[in-house]
Amino acid sequence: MLIQEHSRPGRRATAQAPLATPDQAELPPALRRKQRAALPEVSELQAVRHYTRLSQQNFSIDTHFYPLGSCTMKYNPRACNSLASLPGFLARHPAAPESHSQGIMACLHELQDMLKSVTGMHAVSLAPAAGAQGELAGVMMIRAYHDARGDQYRREMLVPDAAHGTNPASAIMAGFTVREVPTGANGDVDLDALRAAVGPQTAGIMLTNPSTVGVFDRNIQAIAKTVHEAGGLLYYDGANLNAILGQVRPGDMGFDVIHMNLHKTFSTPHGGGGPGAGPVGVSKRLEPYLPIPLVARDEQDRYRWLDEDDRPESIGRLTAFGGNMGILLRAYIYARLLGAEGMRRVAEFATLNANYLQARLRAAGFQLAYPERRASHEFIITLKKESKDFGVNTMDVAKRLLDYGYHAPTTYFPLLVPECLLIEPTETETKEALDGFVEAMIQIRAEAEHEPETVRQAPHNLPVRRLDDVRAARQLDVAWKPGQQDI
Amino acid sequence: MPFIPHTDEDIAAMLDTIGVDSIDALFDEIPAELRAQGLDGIPAGLSEMEVTQLLQARARTDGEPTCFIGAGAYDHHIPAAVWQITTRGEFYSAYTPYQAEASQGTLQVLYEFQSMMTALTGLDVSNASLYDGASALAEAVLMAVRSNRKIKHPRVLMPRTVHPFYRRTVASIVQHQGIELVEVDFDKRSGQTQVAHCEAVADAPFAALVVPQPNVFGVLEEVDALTDWAQARDALVIGVVNPVALALLSPPGDWGQAGADIACGEGQPLGMPLASGGPYLGFLCCKQAFIRQLPGRIAGRTQDRDGKIGYTLTLQAREQHIRRSKATSNICTNQGLLVTAATIHMAILGAEGLERVAAACHANTARLAQQLCEVPGVEPIFDAPVFHERALRLPAPTETVLAGLAEQDILGGFDLGREYPELGSALLVCATEKRTDAEIAAYREALASALIIAKAA
Repeated sequence: MLIQEHSRPGRRATAQAPLATPDQAELPPALRRKQRAALPEVSELQAVRHYTRLSQQNFSIDTHFYPLGSCTMKYNPRACNSLASLPGFLARHPAAPESHSQGIMACLHELQDMLKSVTGMHAVSLAPAAGAQGELAGVMMIRAYHDARGDQYRREMLVPDAAHGTNPASAIMAGFTVREVPTGANGDVDLDALRAAVGPQTAGIMLTNPSTVGVFDRNIQAIAKTVHEAGGLLYYDGANLNAILGQVRPGDMGFDVIHMNLHKTFSTPHGGGGPGAGPVGVSKRLEPYLPIPLVARDEQDRYRWLDEDDRPESIGRLTAFGGNMGILLRAYIYARLLGAEGMRRVAEFATLNANYLQARLRAAGFQLAYPERRASHEFIITLKKESKDFGVNTMDVAKRLLDYGYHAPTTYFPLLVPECLLIEPTETETKEALDGFVEAMIQIRAEAEHEPETVRQAPHNLPVRRLDDVRAARQLDVAWKPGQQDI
Repeated sequence: MPFIPHTDEDIAAMLDTIGVDSIDALFDEIPAELRAQGLDGIPAGLSEMEVTQLLQARARTDGEPTCFIGAGAYDHHIPAAVWQITTRGEFYSAYTPYQAEASQGTLQVLYEFQSMMTALTGLDVSNASLYDGASALAEAVLMAVRSNRKIKHPRVLMPRTVHPFYRRTVASIVQHQGIELVEVDFDKRSGQTQVAHCEAVADAPFAALVVPQPNVFGVLEEVDALTDWAQARDALVIGVVNPVALALLSPPGDWGQAGADIACGEGQPLGMPLASGGPYLGFLCCKQAFIRQLPGRIAGRTQDRDGKIGYTLTLQAREQHIRRSKATSNICTNQGLLVTAATIHMAILGAEGLERVAAACHANTARLAQQLCEVPGVEPIFDAPVFHERALRLPAPTETVLAGLAEQDILGGFDLGREYPELGSALLVCATEKRTDAEIAAYREALASALIIAKAA
């Protein structure tokens, strides 16, 4: 039932709005609303109960193991939320003067410095509001760099075929054309194909390393050399930074620009689809183009904002007020809890958990997509054989996992591995949780063999059974309207 | 080892299963010369108690001044229930609802949010949110240029009465799409963008006109006339609106003869704390005809195998994870957590509650402006009606006056002179429903003394 369907005319939560309705005679009648908007009319308790119940229809990290590949679903420490929600932080207006902002600016400045250090980059901007916006900022800086050198013909961006969909989409938004580079059979970028692809038109390459197939590209130095010698720049998609945090730094690998997903590696909440935060780091030659605002510290140890006046070559402003500050604060708090040693351990234990889970699933007879390779913080199994033998596909297995109380791994991504599951356990899970997941996978495969309908019809134990996506797209119903009957 | 649960026995057993001697061996595919030798500049980890002490001290540093700044972010009351429920782990720590059956809570919230936004804006459909109001306007501009089948010229009229930060954000995001943003001037007496100003720059066809309501000065635009004028020239109309103001003001869907085509704006006034500028949410609504050009996630209502109602993300073929380089936008996230807060906020307040909030803000700002204008030399700049902000001219440099007020823990407003030098010493003030008579009176006193000091300087 929708909150709108609980509505009764005249019911209100009277404690929450001013009691008096002052005169609005100054508002010209022609500009006034003629009819009240059809928002729900419910009591406060009705709203509280309704949304509490809805929350109980979600899987989440706090309630379930959530091994969603490439999404880094690790524990979001509660302290990060409660401290970022201190009254002084919540009440600060974005246009408050620097005299009333030194506390938060100190946090942001230190976060900039820590992100520089852990990535090996020269400078960092915290402005991008999400990973995809960080990507856009990154490729826009690459374009600004080439344009400033009179290299306007560099308009082609190389993107591996295994890349996240945001990579080519961001490159297009920055006015590039996209050329795909194939992945070799061993999971590394096909070097020969890359060498054939680069040229005077090459603006750069967008790489995720470890890649979305869950392996570290061993040829990264050769890739960097190839692209740099052709006059292009290297862009690092930080989606998988959790795998190498403190172990290998993108700056040392030769990357010129990087974005980080703080909602992955720095454990800020995913919130059911956002907010994120996508800071960008750059090498020295790209520093003038960083998005604004930035936080600087002067000789008197006072913090101040750098804006358009300080950075005339900046690619500009990406949101009205300079980014998702509350998320940046959470990442800062997380980084201070971890410290340098804690950051290194993130990668160590994320890698340990992934390789352990990979070894156990392999021993249980599941087929790895890249059996000769170490897992990074994630790995791929392919259910090609199960699909063929039992007529049960990856989506069926994913839905059946929900019945067992496990959120499904990422399905059918990357696109180049058929019937795949991309599995990322993260460092915050216990060995028992991983063992439980393996047992569930073994049982589901046994079901697929002996009672395949159970798997094909899954899920059985959730608030709804398998949903009709085709109907959703064909008979579009994307907003409730007053007087509307149930479908 | 914060948040890592492994015991020594676990580690030994796991390494044994993998068949390696040490965790370090798991990194043996990485060229040895690339391995980081240490992390200079990152301090040692702290306990939660120590971090708490540090952050409490930092938060105290910034004080809790009385806020009379608006300019795109507004200090409204938020019911306690909103964030207590929003930060329940089931909402807070869930991912994007790609596994719909395990995400019905989030998906139904998105659908309810979309329904509420269409009710407020008077348009047919809404997406499940974008990053913030300014980036939503950038997406609205891109969408309008893609959607306009009659006018193929990628030219958009952008009034100077649109918030300058919004205009800059749009310029950044669309700069490589070959879109020409044409500035439209405003009437210096009323503070409005008038049809005559639009006419002055409409010598060539344009795909869309942006109409802010209220505009950056708090002034109400003549939205009906602007909408009819633009649509008569086959342009689309993009409204940039404040959702709380929409409780009182004509919704974009009712503007002019045919209604605005697209509406976007900042969702922060719907239950989001000021929080230094984010995370907020951008909303984007449009007429049904344009839904396939609408970027971002959209939740839809459908049925499961047994015919039971359920919710799922729909029309995903517009999006980057399916369409890659041919997607409507590179955007991936919506602001799910903020959508949850906004939805609960709107459910609790209802239309009448929002109307009372809007009316109280309108009245408080009128009272504030009236009292400040009793201070010698302070006067209103524009004579057109406003919603809950007012531009005032000061008899001393705004920057100096604001610094003087800040010393008395009053954030006096937004300095308009930096963005609109032709207005002279200009200050944009706002009093939401939270500002009390005593605070307004204190501001008046503080302004009087700050002006005396500023003039003496």
